[in-house]
Amino acid sequence: MTAAVFFGCTFIAFGPAVSLFLFTIAREPLRVIFLIAGAFFWLVSLLLASLVWFISVQISNKESASQQKGLLIFGVVLSVLLQETFRFAYYKLLKKANEGLLALSQEETMPISIRQLAYVSGLGFGFMSGAFSVVNILADSVGPGTVGIHGDSQHYFLSSAFMTMAIILLHMFWGIIFFDGCEKQRWLAVAAVVATHLLVSSLTFQNPQYVSSLVPTYIVMFFMGIWAFYTAGGSLRNLKLCLTCKDKDFLLANHRPR
Amino acid sequence: MDLLSNKWIVYLALCLFIAGISCNSVENKIYVKLNYTVPCVRLLNSTHQIGCQSSLSGDVGVLHVLESEENLDFVLRSGHNPPYMVIMESSLFTRPVMMKLKNGSSRVAGVAVVEPSANPPGGFSPHTRCPNENTGVYSENYGPGLAHCNTTKWNPFGNGLSYEEFDFPIFSMKDDNDTQLIRQCYMDHNRPVNGSDPQYPLCAMQLSSHMSAVTNTPTCMRRNSISFSMSNDMVCDPLSDYNIWAPSKPLNVSQNGHKANESVIIVSARLDSRSFFSEIGPGAESAASGLVTLLAAAHALRNATQDAQLDRTILYTFFHGETFDYIGSSKMVYDMEKNQFPIDLDNVHSVLEIGQVGLHSSSNLWLHTDPVSMRNSSVQEEVKNLITNLKSAAAGLNVSVKEPGVTQPLPPSSFQRFLRARPFPGVVIEDYNSSFSNKYFQSMFDNADSLNVLYPPNLTPEEQLNHVTDTAKSLAEVATMVARVLFLQAGGEKTQINSINADELMVSRMLYSFLISSNNSWTQEIISLKDIVHLNNNTVNFYISVEQQASLPTILVKYLLANLTGTAINVTQENCKKESEDNKETKHLYTYFWVQGAAPPNSTERDGFCVRSTVQWSRAISPAFALENYTTSEYSTWTESRWKEIKGRIFLVASHDLEMLTLGVGIGVLLSSLLLTYIMSSKADILFSSGREPTSATY
Repeated sequence: MTAAVFFGCTFIAFGPAVSLFLFTIAREPLRVIFLIAGAFFWLVSLLLASLVWFISVQISNKESASQQKGLLIFGVVLSVLLQETFRFAYYKLLKKANEGLLALSQEETMPISIRQLAYVSGLGFGFMSGAFSVVNILADSVGPGTVGIHGDSQHYFLSSAFMTMAIILLHMFWGIIFFDGCEKQRWLAVAAVVATHLLVSSLTFQNPQYVSSLVPTYIVMFFMGIWAFYTAGGSLRNLKLCLTCKDKDFLLANHRPR
Repeated sequence: MDLLSNKWIVYLALCLFIAGISCNSVENKIYVKLNYTVPCVRLLNSTHQIGCQSSLSGDVGVLHVLESEENLDFVLRSGHNPPYMVIMESSLFTRPVMMKLKNGSSRVAGVAVVEPSANPPGGFSPHTRCPNENTGVYSENYGPGLAHCNTTKWNPFGNGLSYEEFDFPIFSMKDDNDTQLIRQCYMDHNRPVNGSDPQYPLCAMQLSSHMSAVTNTPTCMRRNSISFSMSNDMVCDPLSDYNIWAPSKPLNVSQNGHKANESVIIVSARLDSRSFFSEIGPGAESAASGLVTLLAAAHALRNATQDAQLDRTILYTFFHGETFDYIGSSKMVYDMEKNQFPIDLDNVHSVLEIGQVGLHSSSNLWLHTDPVSMRNSSVQEEVKNLITNLKSAAAGLNVSVKEPGVTQPLPPSSFQRFLRARPFPGVVIEDYNSSFSNKYFQSMFDNADSLNVLYPPNLTPEEQLNHVTDTAKSLAEVATMVARVLFLQAGGEKTQINSINADELMVSRMLYSFLISSNNSWTQEIISLKDIVHLNNNTVNFYISVEQQASLPTILVKYLLANLTGTAINVTQENCKKESEDNKETKHLYTYFWVQGAAPPNSTERDGFCVRSTVQWSRAISPAFALENYTTSEYSTWTESRWKEIKGRIFLVASHDLEMLTLGVGIGVLLSSLLLTYIMSSKADILFSSGREPTSATY
C-alpha cells in the first residue's frame, strides 16, 4: 500500500509550488510562458554541469573513494555556480525581451513587470530543480519496499520530499532577490543569493543525518522568505493591515472596481 | 577541425551516457534481487490445474523462517503481521505442512524451500502413489481388480504434492549467499524478542511467478485460439518433445504403414523425468538408468546385428513424456494405428521394456508381465519363450532374473500403451518386485547420489569421466543381458551370445554425461558443432518442457545412439551433407551427421567425421492435440502455462501507520498551502503595495 507514501511525498514536495502555480500563474499566459522558459534555462545549466562532471568521473580513478567524493563536491559547486550564471543570463534575456515586447505591443505600460518576472522565473527554476531532485525517488516509493535493508535510514522518502519543498521555495525567493539586486545594481544581494545557494547545497552532504541538513535549510528558507517579502514590496505595516482589517478589505477586494 | 571535435565530443558523451544509465541507485538501496529463482509452474490437464500461482505483480509477505511443524501456528494463527513468506528447510517440505499452508493460504504469501546438500534419508517423492493410473491399460474393462493399484502401491513414498494446486508461489533456493542474506535479514528484523512482537520495519520478500493459464487444458487451448493479430497472446503450450528410435537394420522411412515380411521387436526405455520445481529434473534412477542400459545394449549388438542375418529387426526406442500419461508411447502407437509410421502394429512381434534398473540390490532383476493378456495361450507361450531367453542370457552374468510370483499388474510402463492397442507378448525389466526401490521417484533428489554414482575424491573431471563406478559395472551387466536376449529373440544362434558384451567404460561415461556434467571431452567428440551450445556443466534436466526444438537429453540420446549403432564413413563434410539430401537410395534408410571428433595430440583442430546410422526421431506430442479433443481421457492432455517473468527480491516494509501518516502530512501540506496561497494572492495588492513600479492590477 505504498501508493500512500508516493502521494504523501508528492504532495509534500510539490504542494506549495502547485498551489502557487494554480492561483497566481495559471490564468496569465504570459506568466506561464516565462515560467516554462525559466525551467528550461535551469535544465540547460544542469545539463552542462552534469556533462562536465560525468566526463571528469570517467577520466578519474574510479577506485579511489576520496577522489570520487572530491569530484562530487566539485560537481555540486560547479552546478550551483552554473545555475546562478544561467539565472543572470535569463535576467539579461528578459530585460531585452521586455523592451522588445514594449515596442511590439500597443499599450504604453509593460504587460509584465520585472518583479513579476523575477517571481515567475524563480518558480520556474524551482519546479525543474524539484522535479529532478525527487521524481526518481517518488518512482521507487511506489513499490512495496522502503529504504533500509542495507542499513540506511527509514526516513529517506520523507526527508527527500521536505528538502525538495524547501528547495523549490528557496529558488523562488532567490529569483526575487537576485533580479531585484541586478535591477538596483546591489551586488551584495546577488552575492548573498549565490552564497546561500552554496550553503544549502553543501548542507545536503550531511545526509543521512537528515535533521542536521533539513533544519538549517528551513531556517535559511525562512530568512530568505522574509528578505524576499521585503524586496517584493511588502512591509510589516502591510501585513498588520492585512491581518486586522481582514473583513473589510476582503469584501472590498471581491467587489467590482469603482 | 571544430566540427570534427564537436562530433567527437557528442559521440563520446552519448556513449558514456548510455553506459552509465543502467544502474538505479535508489532501487539498489531498497531491494536485493535474488539470483537463483526456480519456481514451481502451473500444469493443466483435461480436468484440473496443478502447481503454483502468484498474483500479477508478485506476492509480498513478511519473512518467517519456519523452525518446526508446530511453528506453523505462528504463520497460520498467532502472527500479527500477515501475510507471511515462509522459508523452510527441505526436511519440513512434507505433505502435512504444505496442506496446512494451503488451507491457511490467506495468511501465506509464498513458500521458499532451501535445497539441502544431501538427500533426505527417509525418502521423498512428490509424485502420486499410483503413477499414470488413468492412462495405463488397466481399467474396469481390462483387469478390473488390478486397476488403480488395488494389489500393490508402486510408489509408496509418494505424497502427491506435485499434483496439488497452490495459490501462492513456491520457489526453490540454493543454500548460498542470497539465502544467508535472507536469514540474516530475518534475524535482524523479524525475530520476536522475548515473546513480544517484532517492530517495524520488517524484512519481507516478494516472489513473482504469475501463470497465464487457468482452469484446465480445454479452457487454455480455447483462449490460445482467440488471439487475432500477430501479438503473442498464447497462454499455454502442450508438453512435447521427440521420440528417438533406430532399427537394427535400415527401414525405408518414407513409406509409412505395414511393411511386408518385417517382424520387429521393440525394446524401449523412457527419456524423461520431473520434479516439483520446473527446471530441476535429475531423473537418475527413473530415466537415466534405463536409457543408459539400452544405449549400451544397442552398442553391444552393433557388430552382431551387422554380421549375422537375423530374422527379426530390433527397434531401439526412447519414449519422451512418459511421466505425463505416456505422451511419447501413446503418440507412437497412434501413428502406427493410423499408418503414419514406417511400421504398423501388425509388424510388432514383442515388446521388451527396460524400466528402472539402477538400484538392484543383491543383483536381482524382476521380470514383470501382464496377467490379463497372458490368458491368451499364444501370448503366454511367446512370453514364456522370452523369459526363457532372458534367463539363458543372464546365465554366466552377475545378475539373476526372477518373476514376481503373484498375480499383479504391470508397473507404470510404456508397454501398457501397446497393450491398449492389442495383446502383445512383452516383459518389463525392473529392479523391484512390488514397489519401487527408488525412494525419490520424480523428485529433485533422484540424482547421482541416490543412484550411488560415487567417485573417489580429488579426481579431475577428465579422470572422473574415465573412472568406472560400481553402478556402471552393474548397469553394464544388465545391458549385456538385454543385448543377448535381443539377439536370441531376433533369431540369433545361442552359441554366439557370449561374444556380446556391453562396454563398462562407455556406460560410465554415459552416466557421467547425464548425471554430473553434460559438457565433457567425450560428448564434445560425438556431437555436431551446431548442437554444442546445448551442453552445459550441470546435471541434465529430463523434464519434457514445451519447446518446439529438442531438449538436451533428446539431443544427447540422438547423438549417442547414432555413434553407438552407426558407422563412421570416409567422406568429406560436404559429401556427408549431400548423402543425407541427395542420394536417393540411402536418404530414406540412413541419417548422416557430421560430428566434431577428437583433436589429434599436436593440434587444436578437431578431426571431424561423418556418422551414418539408422537413427530417426518423431514428434512426441499427445494425440489429443492432433485430434483437438482436449477433454479426452484416453490420451494425455497435459499442457504447461506460459508466464511473463519469474523473479524474487527482498526488502524492508514500513508499518501501515507510518504510510498513512505520510499521506496525511502530504494532504495537510497541500491543503494548507492552497489556503495560504489563495489568501495571499487575493490580498496581493495590499501586501506588496509599496513597490516602485506600478503593477497592472488596479483598484
